[in-house]
Amino acid sequence: MEHYHMNLTLKVWRQKNAKMKGNLETYKVKDISSEMSFLEMFDVLNEQLIIEGKEPIAFDHDCREGICGMCSMYINGQAHGPWQNNTTCQLHMRAFKDGDTIVVEPWRSSAFPVLKDLVVDRSSFDRIIQAGGYISVNTGNAVDANAMPIDKKDADNAFMAAACIGCGACVATCKNGSAMLFVGAKVSQLSLLPQGEPERESRVLNMVAQMDKEGFGNCTNTYACEAECPKGISIANIARLNSEFLIAGLSNEEN
Amino acid sequence: MTFKHFFTSSIGKKFSMAFTGLFLILFLIVHAGINSCIFLNDHGITFNKVARFMSHNWIMRFMEIGLFAGLILHAVQGLLLWKQNNKARPVAYQYNQPSKNSSWYSRSMGILGTLLLLFIILHLSHFYVGTKIALYSGDTTHNLFKEMDDVFKNLWIIVLYLCGVIALFWHLYHGFQSAFQTFGIHHKKYTPLIKMLGTGYAIIICLLFALMPIAMYLNWIQ
Repeated sequence: MEHYHMNLTLKVWRQKNAKMKGNLETYKVKDISSEMSFLEMFDVLNEQLIIEGKEPIAFDHDCREGICGMCSMYINGQAHGPWQNNTTCQLHMRAFKDGDTIVVEPWRSSAFPVLKDLVVDRSSFDRIIQAGGYISVNTGNAVDANAMPIDKKDADNAFMAAACIGCGACVATCKNGSAMLFVGAKVSQLSLLPQGEPERESRVLNMVAQMDKEGFGNCTNTYACEAECPKGISIANIARLNSEFLIAGLSNEEN
Repeated sequence: MTFKHFFTSSIGKKFSMAFTGLFLILFLIVHAGINSCIFLNDHGITFNKVARFMSHNWIMRFMEIGLFAGLILHAVQGLLLWKQNNKARPVAYQYNQPSKNSSWYSRSMGILGTLLLLFIILHLSHFYVGTKIALYSGDTTHNLFKEMDDVFKNLWIIVLYLCGVIALFWHLYHGFQSAFQTFGIHHKKYTPLIKMLGTGYAIIICLLFALMPIAMYLNWIQ
């Protein structure tokens, strides 16, 4: 694809801290290369702001190679921007053309409060994982990988669920701010495997209880989460979460 | 986990929505089936017979309680979920493009459902109230077919009924397959089949219901 430069108008959400109200501020950037990543374009803007003596825009990022799940921008009305199966850091400026106006907002959910500008607090996801998104194993030598036979189909489905990077795009996109795709993936990746079997029931019940406690909304099966997920996590995982919860919830005898 | 915990959890609430939804879907088959007796074009003789059976048979009247309970649970739960879901995003996006990732009707189940609820109130006032008054006053001359004929003489009522049917179509079109997903059925073979079945169901049921007021207004049925 041909390399080109562009001038852009950016409307970026600025918010001093969690308590203050925020608003969209307009900025102009010039000579942005189509080869740049979206975050590199933000670096250019921030350099510009620093030179002008203004506060740079706070945004989350870490690996910048699409695997860590830290970047979290809502770009032109879509989580992680216009490209499918893609994170913000892997969105490149060739997705835009000269003269475009780009609106950038943080994830919006009561369970992801804005800390500053585009940075949100996603520790609600961590607390869901702490509620049961793990397997308890005694330490010692690693078991031989082939000692435990696992159906290829289950291994593949578990692996695909495990591709979730926990970025929160599903919550940001869902009109109800539901975390079902995230929790579905995290429950699935373990419940499909024999290692996850002993804690299967308590895991799904505790993780769903924590999800509800955090104030996420309820799933209404619009399937927007699947469409916007940078890792293409399937809504089959939500269905699996539903059936796991149904079986565990009805068979569980504890109060 | 107690039943209370189960049914007040986010997924438990979805189960009760899906369960009552499927129950109402089954009811609509019976409703459309019975009403289709008017298409026999026998001055409503067969239709009135079946309607009389439905309003006088004690099993049917007992089941009617379940139907109202299901309908009320579905509507109240839906409104509560709607309220709760709005709370999950207190600050709205300044710029959002939901059409890029989901269909308008899947996002509009609350509004479609509210329209349906209003329609059902209108519909009950037209036909249910009269039948009940006749039943409890011992009026044996009550003619439901004639009542339909009278109601469907007004063009505005026809328009309102058609709006109700359109809302019903989109509600069913999304709701049918959504209920199965909620029950955890997502399968390479069965999900496309369920979607096809749901589409067929929504089209047939809604066409039948739409045809009833139109046919009566245009005097195709007498």
